[in-house]
Amino acid sequence: MTATIEPQTGAIGRPIKRKEDARLLTGKTNWVDNIQLPGTLYVHYVRSSVAHARIVRVDTTAAKAADGVVAVYTGADFPEQAGSTCVWPVTDDIKMSHYPAICTDKVLYAGDVVAVVVATDKYLAADAGDLVDVDLEPLPAVVDMEEALKDGAPLVHEGFGTNHCYTATMPCGDYAAAKAKADVVVKRRFINQRLIPNTMEPRAVVAAPSVGMADEIAVWTSTQIPHVLRVVLALLTGVPENNIRVIAPDVGGGFGVKLQIYREEVLGLLLAKKLGRPVKWVETRSEHMVASHHGRDQIQDIEIAATSDGTILGVDVKLLADMGAYLQIITPGTPLLGMFMYSGIYKMEALNFECTGVYTNKTPTDAYRGAGRPEATFAIERIVDELAAELGMEPMELRKKNWIKHEEFPYTQIAGLTYDTGNYEAATARAMELFGYDELRAEQKARRESGDKVQLGLGISTFTEMCGLAPSRTLGALKYAAGGWEHCTIRALPTGKIELITGTSPHGQGHETAWSQIASDIIGVPVEDIEVVHGDTGRAPLGMDTYGSRSLAVGGQAIKVAGERLVEKAKLIAAHQLEVSPDDIEFKEGVYSVKGDPEKHKTLGEISWAAFAAHNVPDGVEPTLSGEATVDPQDFSYPHGTHLAAMEVDTETGKVTLRKYVAVDDCGVQVNPLIVEGQVHGGLAQGIAQALYEGALYDADGNLLTGSMGDYLLPSAADLPSFITDRTVTPSTTHPLGTKGIGEAGAIASTPAIINGIVDALRPLGVNDVFMPASPQNVWRAIQAAQGGAA
Amino acid sequence: MIPSTFDYVKAGSVDEAVAALAEAGDDAKVLGGGQSLLPVLRLRLNAPTVIVDVSGVDEMRTVADEGGSLLIGAAVTTYEVMHHDAIKASVPLLAQAAGLVADPAIRHRGTFGGSCAHADPAGDLPTVARALDAEFVIAGPGGRRTVGASGFFVDYFTTAVQPDEVLVAVRVPKLDGWGAHYEKFHRTAQAWAIVGVAAAVKVEGGTITGARVALTNMGPSPVRASSVESALVGGPATQEAISAAAQSAADGTSPTSDTHAQADFREHLARVLTARAVAKAAGI
Amino acid sequence: MTHIDVTVDGITRHGDVEPRRLLVHWLREDLGLVGTTVGCDTSNCGACTVLVDGRSVKSCNMLAVQADGHEITTIQGLADGDEWHPVQKAFKECHGLQCGYCTPGMVMASVDLLSENPDPTEEEIRNGLEGNLCRCTGYHNIVKAVATAAAEMKGASA
Repeated sequence: MTATIEPQTGAIGRPIKRKEDARLLTGKTNWVDNIQLPGTLYVHYVRSSVAHARIVRVDTTAAKAADGVVAVYTGADFPEQAGSTCVWPVTDDIKMSHYPAICTDKVLYAGDVVAVVVATDKYLAADAGDLVDVDLEPLPAVVDMEEALKDGAPLVHEGFGTNHCYTATMPCGDYAAAKAKADVVVKRRFINQRLIPNTMEPRAVVAAPSVGMADEIAVWTSTQIPHVLRVVLALLTGVPENNIRVIAPDVGGGFGVKLQIYREEVLGLLLAKKLGRPVKWVETRSEHMVASHHGRDQIQDIEIAATSDGTILGVDVKLLADMGAYLQIITPGTPLLGMFMYSGIYKMEALNFECTGVYTNKTPTDAYRGAGRPEATFAIERIVDELAAELGMEPMELRKKNWIKHEEFPYTQIAGLTYDTGNYEAATARAMELFGYDELRAEQKARRESGDKVQLGLGISTFTEMCGLAPSRTLGALKYAAGGWEHCTIRALPTGKIELITGTSPHGQGHETAWSQIASDIIGVPVEDIEVVHGDTGRAPLGMDTYGSRSLAVGGQAIKVAGERLVEKAKLIAAHQLEVSPDDIEFKEGVYSVKGDPEKHKTLGEISWAAFAAHNVPDGVEPTLSGEATVDPQDFSYPHGTHLAAMEVDTETGKVTLRKYVAVDDCGVQVNPLIVEGQVHGGLAQGIAQALYEGALYDADGNLLTGSMGDYLLPSAADLPSFITDRTVTPSTTHPLGTKGIGEAGAIASTPAIINGIVDALRPLGVNDVFMPASPQNVWRAIQAAQGGAA
Repeated sequence: MIPSTFDYVKAGSVDEAVAALAEAGDDAKVLGGGQSLLPVLRLRLNAPTVIVDVSGVDEMRTVADEGGSLLIGAAVTTYEVMHHDAIKASVPLLAQAAGLVADPAIRHRGTFGGSCAHADPAGDLPTVARALDAEFVIAGPGGRRTVGASGFFVDYFTTAVQPDEVLVAVRVPKLDGWGAHYEKFHRTAQAWAIVGVAAAVKVEGGTITGARVALTNMGPSPVRASSVESALVGGPATQEAISAAAQSAADGTSPTSDTHAQADFREHLARVLTARAVAKAAGI
Repeated sequence: MTHIDVTVDGITRHGDVEPRRLLVHWLREDLGLVGTTVGCDTSNCGACTVLVDGRSVKSCNMLAVQADGHEITTIQGLADGDEWHPVQKAFKECHGLQCGYCTPGMVMASVDLLSENPDPTEEEIRNGLEGNLCRCTGYHNIVKAVATAAAEMKGASA
């Protein structure tokens, strides 16, 4: 490891306007759907309309005869081909499903693929899709997790003889002993409902043979994980990895749903190979609702034990996690990403965790913004509020009593994680000040006393998360197949321009800007002279991609080290050319000069040309100038924050209004505060939407009832307020840039804040929980039930 | 996302539209602004073989003042309804409700007539038409006929307009001197109404002397809350009297259950929202 | 096939299209104007919003044949050469976009909103954008951008 270099340009920490915006604001974009290659064929998937059925017959005769049709394939054409795979077998005895590229004998969820039409025009492909005659013999579907685990339930995978996928446990401390000491035990069942991620850009795949190298097949796909995908595509198809190039061009949002291996990617590659022509598929929104993975979907039984003075002793968690019909990339692992987080920011002597994964005839679940951690945070922050109510304590006071004090860091919490830094007191104090906490409490009291039909509630969420996935050894210990390192190469090109090649793969985050800022500060080149290359295994061959708030926390470290290595090498060349010892070279503001004689200096451009020409480089120094680094993180990072929500509830209609939302986050050092704030806003909207609007609903036969944006409600600008946000800065000590990650914080923290606020508003009416989403009907029914009504 | 194939006829007059429909047979559809029809075509929920575009028929694009009523062409857009001076002045209930339909871009192209002819039970404008006892002018091979709102809305997505007919215009009575309000209850701003209430009341000397109340999404078609109307008329324009009258709002309705609300919640909402809508219409 | 003549971003375009062809597909695939995006199939998301005769319209919810004789402005025709429209500038200034997929429609809807109401309140901005969904920004900075553009445009016309 090289020495840390003083900041060169001060670019880190500045709210620089994004480089990405110019193309995005003028329509000069490069979405997969914009890629139009000569001779392109269009792919249309014929999907099952029912959740569970035996395939009697798929007759493609009429479709094959239709105008423009080049080929129609069924499962018989790809009999053993997997369309996705799971890289995280979380237990030794987990039952691992086979996810067919095209179903052969049975369909297991509504949306499962039974045939593929390839035509010369996308309108004709859609027409021919309607002509594929699919004869399905419906089978009883299993939709509910608890029903699925009962004897005699219909089986999703007959070969397993059960719908039980796995049970993972993690006992930390002795919960029984802790409970035995408790004066108060509060138990609740929370339903963390199924969500459909709904990136604004639907998925899309273009695959083309011989666009680059002769034997190469290029796959453009709207993905977060081009590098992981390349490896898995090779493993699943047998196409040699060195003949596959995966490109993620402009990607319109990810949120986890594009952290996946999809059958449309596998088949895209295979169809391009088989037909020798480019093929293109663009997901419709209706397809997205059933064919892209879903998130959350847990039944959470949580119990908290405390003494009468409010000291938390322990937490016991039993989860049922809905896998859906198949395991995809990290389906079983997703709920376990929350495993370590059920103690939140609180000290306790025991945490007992158990999670059972269950197969059902529904779309597979997998990572969605936060992935396991929002569920954990929801459960602990909700149960802490319920404990406060049981104890008659003010909920913030209860939290203060139990959280880790700032002077106690680094702190090894009950699940074994060592939180390096944090200051919950500071974030909370700032949040309460911005919120007007005491004034709102006073207003709440007045409204309660006057019997106002619109009641006011204060919702609290004091949270932490584990980010920066992840130390490779830790991942290995958790049975995850791959590592958690990240790569960066910074090349000083002969003409003096800088190419920063990153293994992270952005989809809206602004890596091009932020990575330029980091590199600028290290190598002393203006931000605008740095081009960030990403998302193309041909140009950026090494990487572990973007998810789990890892890009800055892990990828940022790689940029730092690569930059430092570049500077070290440049110093050697500069010293040689200036005929001094490298120790006599001073590096400041991007210029390499002789100490005490600044007139004698070399610029990076001069050095890079010299390294390229290589006429006069020192012995033992290789030509060309670049710095490379592949960095494995030392630990996770632990952002935290305090979020407060003021909720107004119309007790007559059940309609809820978010009046005020304050988020004070601590993500450590901020490379670009503008981008940080944007990430917070977006995360808040998604977390609030889980609390208030979103939820995938199925009928008893496994039909998705919320299969369009008309039924699956996403908030618009008219449904949300402006947010009040601020940050405290407690730098990470385990991450060399002091950064922690911010991509998921808003989504993790806000959901419990909203629900706690609604329940707080209604507690005098006897309400102690509200199902999500807290729709008018769900809120009204909670009130009716508490009042002893028929609802 | 891709409609099935169809032939397209751009009608220059009502007669041309009727002739095109006659020629097309049963599988034709009339296209106004297309804001209800296009989604249906894209999702292939319907696959007409002929589309007859009436958006260019001048007669259907105008608003005529008939003295006691306004004759609003079926192809007048929701946006135009919102901003039309005579509609705002004489039928403010319609202008206000129009502003709550869908979103601005949809309102720019969607039409009043199209909304009525589509007859979605969650549609806002059909309820206003029902509350106001609007009349529907329909042209067909046998000439023109006029159908009252009570007979126009037949069932889910079904009106008195036959496959060979075109809705030409909607005659809306002016309610000068009445107060009015449309109360839309929905989960997000762009979502359909879970329940809507169109209310118009005439208050003279503190007494309600006239009342029109109709409900959205409380059955297959807009429902007139007659018992609320009769309970209101002759009574005082007070919150108490209005709330009492609104208690019968759900009587005789047959709301559906869906992902947003079960029938019993809709019935509850109908009572609460009727009280609110009438109170606002009465200016209290 | 039906013949259409449409002015798109200031240029008269002629086409022979199937009646079922959606306007957005004609723009994207026949004219190559891929700046306008498609985000849904139920006309909820507004990503495909363009201006037709100066008013916002969802171009997935209109047939190409319906555009015959009309004037269309897309995100690609909004700037005056290299000079961005004030709404475009404000979106960058205020970080009103992240992934950028909803941005073309959001910008066009904002332009329409400001043409109708040059001095909107926050509530009017929020309601005016109800037909455009964004999944990244939480709308906070979009609303800020529209207010900023309004102020900018007012200053310019004063």
